Amino acid sequence: MIDMPIQESAPLKAEARGLSFHYGEVRALKNIDMPIRDKKVTALIGPSGCGKSTYLRCFNRMHDLYPGNRYEGEIRFYPDDANLLAPEIDPIEVRMRIGMVFQKPNPFPKSIYENVAYGLRVRGESNKRALDDKIEQALRGAALWDEVKDRLGELASRLSGGQQQRLCIARALATDPELLLFDEPTSALDPIATGAIEELIHELKKRVAILIVTHNMQQAARVSDYTAYMYLGEMIEFGKTDEIFIKPQDKRTEDYITGRMG
Amino acid sequence: MQGDFAQPASGRHAGGGRLARNVMRNLGESGIEMLLFAAAAVSVLTTLGIVYVLVSESINFFGRVPLLDFLTDTQWTPLFYDAHFGIMVLVSGTAVSSLVALAVAVPMGTVIAIYLSEFANSTVREVAKPVLELLGGIPTIVFGYFALLMVTPALQRIFPRLPGFSLLSAGLVMGVMIVPYVASLSEDAMRAVPMSLREGSYGMGATRLHTALHVVVPAAFSGLAASYVLAISRAVGETMILAVAAGMRPSLTWNPAEPAATITSYIVQVALGDLPHGSLGYQTIFAAGLTLLLITLVFNILGQWLRRKFRENY
Amino acid sequence: MPSPLPDAGRVRALIARGKLKDTLFQAVGIVFLAVGLLVIFLLVGDMAIRGAARLNPDFFTHFASRRAAQAGILSAWVGTLLVMLVTALAAVPLGVAAGVYLEEYARRNWMTEIIEINISNLAAVPSIIYGLLSLGVFVYALGLGQSILTAGLTLALLILPIVIVSTREAVRAIPESIREASMAVGATRWQTCRHHIIPYAMPGVLTGVIIGLARAIGETAPIITVGALTFIAFLPPMPFAEIGAGDRAGLFDWLMSPFTVMPIQVFNWTSRPDPAFEVNAAAAGFVLMVMVLSMNGVAIWLRYKMRKNIKW
Repeated sequence: MIDMPIQESAPLKAEARGLSFHYGEVRALKNIDMPIRDKKVTALIGPSGCGKSTYLRCFNRMHDLYPGNRYEGEIRFYPDDANLLAPEIDPIEVRMRIGMVFQKPNPFPKSIYENVAYGLRVRGESNKRALDDKIEQALRGAALWDEVKDRLGELASRLSGGQQQRLCIARALATDPELLLFDEPTSALDPIATGAIEELIHELKKRVAILIVTHNMQQAARVSDYTAYMYLGEMIEFGKTDEIFIKPQDKRTEDYITGRMG
Repeated sequence: MQGDFAQPASGRHAGGGRLARNVMRNLGESGIEMLLFAAAAVSVLTTLGIVYVLVSESINFFGRVPLLDFLTDTQWTPLFYDAHFGIMVLVSGTAVSSLVALAVAVPMGTVIAIYLSEFANSTVREVAKPVLELLGGIPTIVFGYFALLMVTPALQRIFPRLPGFSLLSAGLVMGVMIVPYVASLSEDAMRAVPMSLREGSYGMGATRLHTALHVVVPAAFSGLAASYVLAISRAVGETMILAVAAGMRPSLTWNPAEPAATITSYIVQVALGDLPHGSLGYQTIFAAGLTLLLITLVFNILGQWLRRKFRENY
Repeated sequence: MPSPLPDAGRVRALIARGKLKDTLFQAVGIVFLAVGLLVIFLLVGDMAIRGAARLNPDFFTHFASRRAAQAGILSAWVGTLLVMLVTALAAVPLGVAAGVYLEEYARRNWMTEIIEINISNLAAVPSIIYGLLSLGVFVYALGLGQSILTAGLTLALLILPIVIVSTREAVRAIPESIREASMAVGATRWQTCRHHIIPYAMPGVLTGVIIGLARAIGETAPIITVGALTFIAFLPPMPFAEIGAGDRAGLFDWLMSPFTVMPIQVFNWTSRPDPAFEVNAAAAGFVLMVMVLSMNGVAIWLRYKMRKNIKW
């Protein structure tokens, strides 16, 4: 791995330090170090199966849901400067502060309104007016408000795929997360819906740190400030997106980016 | 469910000099297909037979007892000199015992299903499912014995005035009997809910119970509704527990603490006696059976409708 | 973690409450499961203890009697065995054929649709209705009377949906490549079914058959409805056995014989007012439970074995 000094003024939001992850006997991530800067977009690219989604899901302790998984190393989270993976840290609290948007839109079988309200209700919010306000804000933030404001009571499954994914983003936004995780958010969407989501990510980074896994290098180039290239559970190269794409330092990164592999 | 092999027979080739043999072979193949089809058709014949037997005997019955009396009379005394044929008497017993059973089976079955699908690890599941299956496989006559000789005496210790036969103890045991059906069908439905929905909920910081109740249960509602409907069907059609433990005295009652006959236990009672083929008493059990079939049919249709309605939502 | 959340304390209390609810719910779930297990133990245990006095060899070799202490279940278990034989012989070929037809032959058309809807509806028809069906059809229309044949056929119709569904599941689990391999060497569809599909599906079918028979063995209502006698102090005639002056029974005479079965014997004894018969009911119920539980146990074990050595 190449150590690249990064001169950067943006403060750290999180930082992986020597992070390894095991699915039972399989070591899926190997000793990853990576900074996540606040109010920037960090993209993870690499061939499928390289561990980028596995890595992303460490940040909100999603792996805790399944038996036999084990973390090693740390993910420091700021400003607390606490290790997200420490056993004494409650994964539920972690998930309340770190939002996630999934590969396929996964709206709950509820109304549009209740989908966005979900996280707020989980936090015990029951004041109707507060809910209404936050839901409108979140839907505006996800560029969905104008399309759904007259049909908030409708089932979310009635929306198109792109709208559903923006709804999922609104759902994540409603609780003001400090870090947003995107796991290939556009892989199930058509180009137009994809464009809308990418535009949205551009807007969102003004408010929140974003970590995005993408299978699409052009997407990484378009939306991210930093890019990490992962291969076989290792982080091969990390740097500013322009630099990674223009002059990658590692042969393997170059091969991937120029399409010689993957 | 039909694979590529379910194509019409016209896809087969018959080539050149082997034509004659192929014709024979194809004839044999069609013959076998006819036989297999006939086997599948037996199920349809069964249904037709059921409908035919019940309807034809009921027509004879209603030739002698007006339908209005059947539906509105408040007494059921078909074997008395002063015969009355008010089916509501039997329906009330069936309804009360079924409600008691549902009050046990629906909460217990649902909680077990949620526990198994959302909380338990695979080891617990591997043990629990066979146990439930065994429970569901116990003969109903044994459950009847259990209700009469164990549950009723136990209940009488709490309620000393409970009679030796009651809809309550039969209904309670019936509920326990139905728990495995509700649990296993509901669990199947909940496990069919995609993992991504649960992850969406956990990703928001929800607990297991919150996820189960607010995401998984609504998503699986079609399956849950279907399992409840099957439970009703089972309860309404259950016979031996009631014949043994609920007493077979027809009485129009909504009180579970009383003995009463149900549609099914009446049929058993008549069958135990010696009624001549073709007599009015003989015909009553077919009229009662038709009523029973219609009730279960209504619940089946209701279940399918619920299923469709909620499947659209999801 | 030290959190910048403005209401971290409240959120943590909320999480703690949520987790407490999780734990409580789990406890309730386990208790409910335990109730199920407890009922099985209570039933088997109670019947074993209450019936202990009768659970001796004589109980199995004596006919029913008006004196509780001398009554046995000879005619009942023999009757159950014979009825199950008829049921299996009727339900297995019919069910397997129907299942294979629906999976391998049937086209997607209204007829198939009707058959499928029909099978799922039949599974929800109360068993006593089958009793009425066979009272009308087998007993009177076909004149089979209240015989072993009637009872066996009635129960066969009752478990047919179970056999069909398990056959279909087993057949469906066979990968398409097996069919393609067989057809590729020139086998006809029936040859493919006979040499590959049916043999490979057999373990799954067998599981379904055992579960179906375990259900049938305990069925009481339909048998009572066909009017089976409850007091039988003789056995069905053995093939070629002497049944009178120089008269020998035919090979199939037993099929037309009156009979009783285990669950009816239990019912009969349970509904006697004389408490002495409760002991008999308990003992007979225990024997019935052992039959049913062991059949179900075998089915569960078979399924477990099957899952462990899946070949594809």
